[in-house]
Amino acid sequence: MRRLIACLLAAVALCNIAPANAETAAEILAANGPLVEKASRQTIAPVIDALANSGDPAAAAVLEAWANKGLGVRKADGVFFLISPSPDGYALQDLTGADAGTAAKSDITELKPNAGVRGMIATALVQFTLSDPDPAKRRAALDSIGQDPKFEALAPLRASIDTEDDPGLRAQKIRLERLLTLRFDPDSMARVAAIYGFGADIGLDLRGALNPILATKVIAAAGDAPEGANVARELIPGRDLTDAAAYDLLVTAGLAPARLTLGAQREALLANMVNGVVGGVALADLDTQVARDRAYTALEVAGAVPVAATDDEAAAALAAHSFYDVYVEPDPAVTDAAKAELKIISRKLAAMQAADLGLDALSLASIYFLAAIGLAITFGVMGVINMAHGEFITMGAYTGYVVQLFIPNYTASIIVALPLAFAVTFLAGVALERLVIRHLYKRPLETLLATFGISIALQQIFKNVFGTQARPLTSPAWLDGALSFNDVVSISYIRIAIFVLALLFLGFFLWLMKRTRLGLEVRAVTQNPNMAASMGINPDRINMLTFGIGSGIAGIAGVAIGLFAKVTSELGSDYIVQSFMTVVVGGVGNIWGTLAGATMIGGLQKVIEWFNPSNTLAAQTYMILFIILFIQFRPRGIIALRGRAAGD
Amino acid sequence: MSSILEVSGVSVSFDGFRAINNLSFTIGPAELRAIIGPNGAGKSTFMDIVTGKTRPNSGTVTFGERSVSLLKLSEAQIARIGVGRKFQRPTVFEDQTVTENLTLALKAGRGPWRVLAWRAKAADRARVQALAEQVGLGDHLARKSGELSHGQKQWLEIAMLLAQEPRLLLVDEPAAGMTLAERERTTALLVDIARSRAVVVVEHDMDFVRRLNCRVTVLHEGAVLAEGSLDHVTKNQDVIDVYLGRG
Amino acid sequence: MQKSYLMRTPSLLIFLATLALFTVFVTVAADMGWMSTSFVKTLGKTLCLCLAAVAMDLVWGYAGILSLGHMAFFAIGGYMIGMWLMYARTEEIVVASLMNGGLPATPQEVQQGIATQIFGVVGASDLPTIWGFAHSLPLQLLLVVALPGLLALIFGWLAFRSRVTGVYLSILTQAMTLALSLYLFQNDSGLRGNNGLSGLQNLPGLDAVGQDRLSVWFFWASAGALGLTYLLLAWVVSGKFGSVIRAIRDDEARVRFLGYSVETYKLFVFTLTAVIVAIAGALYYPQAGIINPAELAPIASIYLAVWVAIGGRGRLYGAVIGAAVVSLLTTWFTGGRAPSIPLGFATINWVDWWQVLLGMSFVAVTLFAPKGIGGLFDAFAGLRTPDRKGAPLGPDDGSLQEQEAVE
Repeated sequence: MRRLIACLLAAVALCNIAPANAETAAEILAANGPLVEKASRQTIAPVIDALANSGDPAAAAVLEAWANKGLGVRKADGVFFLISPSPDGYALQDLTGADAGTAAKSDITELKPNAGVRGMIATALVQFTLSDPDPAKRRAALDSIGQDPKFEALAPLRASIDTEDDPGLRAQKIRLERLLTLRFDPDSMARVAAIYGFGADIGLDLRGALNPILATKVIAAAGDAPEGANVARELIPGRDLTDAAAYDLLVTAGLAPARLTLGAQREALLANMVNGVVGGVALADLDTQVARDRAYTALEVAGAVPVAATDDEAAAALAAHSFYDVYVEPDPAVTDAAKAELKIISRKLAAMQAADLGLDALSLASIYFLAAIGLAITFGVMGVINMAHGEFITMGAYTGYVVQLFIPNYTASIIVALPLAFAVTFLAGVALERLVIRHLYKRPLETLLATFGISIALQQIFKNVFGTQARPLTSPAWLDGALSFNDVVSISYIRIAIFVLALLFLGFFLWLMKRTRLGLEVRAVTQNPNMAASMGINPDRINMLTFGIGSGIAGIAGVAIGLFAKVTSELGSDYIVQSFMTVVVGGVGNIWGTLAGATMIGGLQKVIEWFNPSNTLAAQTYMILFIILFIQFRPRGIIALRGRAAGD
Repeated sequence: MSSILEVSGVSVSFDGFRAINNLSFTIGPAELRAIIGPNGAGKSTFMDIVTGKTRPNSGTVTFGERSVSLLKLSEAQIARIGVGRKFQRPTVFEDQTVTENLTLALKAGRGPWRVLAWRAKAADRARVQALAEQVGLGDHLARKSGELSHGQKQWLEIAMLLAQEPRLLLVDEPAAGMTLAERERTTALLVDIARSRAVVVVEHDMDFVRRLNCRVTVLHEGAVLAEGSLDHVTKNQDVIDVYLGRG
Repeated sequence: MQKSYLMRTPSLLIFLATLALFTVFVTVAADMGWMSTSFVKTLGKTLCLCLAAVAMDLVWGYAGILSLGHMAFFAIGGYMIGMWLMYARTEEIVVASLMNGGLPATPQEVQQGIATQIFGVVGASDLPTIWGFAHSLPLQLLLVVALPGLLALIFGWLAFRSRVTGVYLSILTQAMTLALSLYLFQNDSGLRGNNGLSGLQNLPGLDAVGQDRLSVWFFWASAGALGLTYLLLAWVVSGKFGSVIRAIRDDEARVRFLGYSVETYKLFVFTLTAVIVAIAGALYYPQAGIINPAELAPIASIYLAVWVAIGGRGRLYGAVIGAAVVSLLTTWFTGGRAPSIPLGFATINWVDWWQVLLGMSFVAVTLFAPKGIGGLFDAFAGLRTPDRKGAPLGPDDGSLQEQEAVE
């Protein structure tokens, strides 16, 4: 029965806007002159519809002109013209486009439809633009329908599919037609069919179309749910919604009297105070809620104040009513279909989100790896703690910024900045090693403190030189945007670039250590400095170079990090603790350990963020706690050197 | 004969290298024993296992009459139940005076609260004085041990070991870096100590071992190669092949 | 032959006498109006920092544990006392304003009013569970020592049990501080996020007294705490306990073979100093008036180590001198009173450049004067450093360096 009524209503609605083919645009406008001149959103709809459905080939041009202040009416006789500004006032054309001379400005009233009316005209124009010869216009029309789906667009859209010859646009039109069908088609079977037709499609537009179907509102009813309501589920006060919220619902629905708020009670008591006594209770005793309730009840009995629901009454009212979550969409077949479809989608979506999370974690891991690899060299290979490592990262980022001041081309500037950042931080590292660290070998704690001092000083120098606000380090345009596999899984190009950079450095490090003379000497000095020295290797030189390379890589990491993070004096210190954690968790003295550590920390942070997406601060807190616990079980990291070599 | 330390079937490996291979060893409560063997025979690892520094992969190590397993105890607990160790290089606390070093080692409560409340009584001071005099450091009580000569540090460490009053002493190359006279004194001291407690001496120097005049255990590749008097083991063909033959 | 303890450590008597004289001087100066209230507060805060530095000296100078986490305990102490101060103070205001409304306040109204007053700034109106004790001064004072003590106990137990030493431990403690500050920065941590706690200089019920008196009272409390703690720690390090922890600093493996449980001692020292530092924080922040998570920045954790290093490691008076000198200089330089240095092409403005100078001078002290200011006293007393050809006094990372030792 209910469904029949719905169908009838829809049919009536369709009749109302059925085309009146007999009239031309000029006739329609002439017939509705005053309405058109004072067009408002509430009143103009029939005129626009009549124009749109008139079948007059000029109608599209007239509507377009109207929306763009190109329609005017001659004050003398109320005839409408297409107008355009000319030296004498306006150049006139009649509504079929034929030249009709000129008129002075004062003779013509230019129509200035407001934004609401313009929007309605635009919607009406859609049916014309959907078949416009220009594909770009057709695409724009589709986009506009997609952004603001309406029932009215359904019929013209359907009509335009057959004549579409562009295969891409045709597919787009078909998809959009299905999306509109599942929301607006008067026939619920057609809607259900449209819903199931999508299968496990994870498009955002589909979810955007399905979710409104499942929109619910909470209603209260005495006894069973009202006839015809499409009930999603019954809500039990205290379990599914709070008692207070449930009672508020009753009050809103007029099913129960309002509760007495503490503030209102206070006002009432104050208003009825007589000689410091109210309702038989002395003012001084009104410092507990129990006493106030007692006083108020006394006033109620005396009829001095309106009766307010007590806790017992409120509880009784709640017990007497049922609460339902009800779909706004009245048809259960449609909501069931939408629910089932969303379930299918969400299953696929979960898999996709996991994949996306994996990509996120991978990119975070590459960032940590980049930030930590320099440390892995200085700490892992030389056993030197460099707390100023973070400032070397900052230094690299600022180098990139300064380069961009001189080289405006972003691509060229990045190409220059990467080696320059390496050179700058390499020199800074060598200077630090020569001036400070060299004197503190075998004193790791003093090294830590001294480099911490350097870090404090450098950070303040950055602040003094570059200021406290963030400096721009802009990536080239070809790194903008993201590689999207679908609506869920995507990764920005800049993160891909960082991943590639991390891989390059892994390769570079392995090549350096395993394939070069320098690497051989570094390993020799690491394992036995005295023996290495007696073989003619100069440990001083090796230490200096190793430290320089470690610092240089930090500089390059700085440029990379600066491309997506804010370049401030604190850029590096945000990464320093995580970098150390990466090295320590991974296992000191092993590049694969650093890789494993970065992967673990990056992955972990993303997983924790996934549980609590709103709070990255909490994610970092929990991650650090996890690391502290992790070190309990693997004090030497994931990939540990074991046995005597580890210095037992 | 009852034994104070019983090591049986112990094996340990580092990254695939078997440092100790199914080693078994016992020593009586008042016995002096020398352990000899070429470099890498596992002498130091053996001491590490007994003192709790290294955990073996398999085997048992028990101590005392009640056969307490040492494998579950920490280094500190092992030291507290009566195993003392002297390192190859003298390890004393160089920033502290001879008195402080000896006081640290004196047998007394080891927990932080007990130590906080501890104050030197006349008996403690007398004991420190006696120990220092026993090793010839009676005049150096107030000196920082870092200023002592190498030999004096060795003596100080031996005195610290005595102050601990252990029931089993593990002594790693006590004669290294000592003059001939000092060696003789060390020998006499070790023999004297071994009258009341077990002493294991790891040594390279054959003359020194000969002077100790005790049972000798020869280690090779982490296992016992031979055991007996020095004369007995030096006649053993295996021992001659792997150790003495090269020297 | 055994000299009395006080005779053997003249620095203790000299220190206590100096502190007492200084306290009397400040009291008189404040009374006579020679000294501004804010300067008395600065001096009182400096004494609290000295107190924290003394504790840091025990853990870093004596036991060789370079903790970068003690500033976290300092802040927790401040937060704990701050919670009571803010609660009690707000309660007064709320009760007074409800009184004006005509009816005496009910407990619920007071509770609600306090919650709205304190947490309106982070968009909440309920009192978080962790404020459950904030109404009671004794309970919150208990928390000042209990919470940092417990945290230090758990963290230390985990860290020392798995034999995390040297730089690993430093990094781990730094991470702990970072975790705590990130936690406090959250608005829903229940401690007002980055707003922190404020208005702590007003003591509830003592509005009539005035800040000039309160500042002197806090100065006395700080001086008393410093004096007592100094006495306690001097006693702790003078006996066998001090000998054990110095031995742990230089060669912990050897200490183990003497039968001492190194982990227990480290835990003991770590926890004891955490509690002392927390007390220092609880005295500091009422004088500062405000506490927020920025107090836990990485630089804060290094400050304690800087004070100890500049004063000279392993001598309690060194830590006090280091903390006093550095923090007073910092106040002077960053207060805008230090004259700028024109260089022609640029001007050195000390507000901006002080941190650079501090960082660099810290590096210089580490490199060239490991004894810090304490070295001057040694030189005065005719003590020399031993000639050890560069060898430190023990194999461990935290052991004394040749240049730090006294012959």
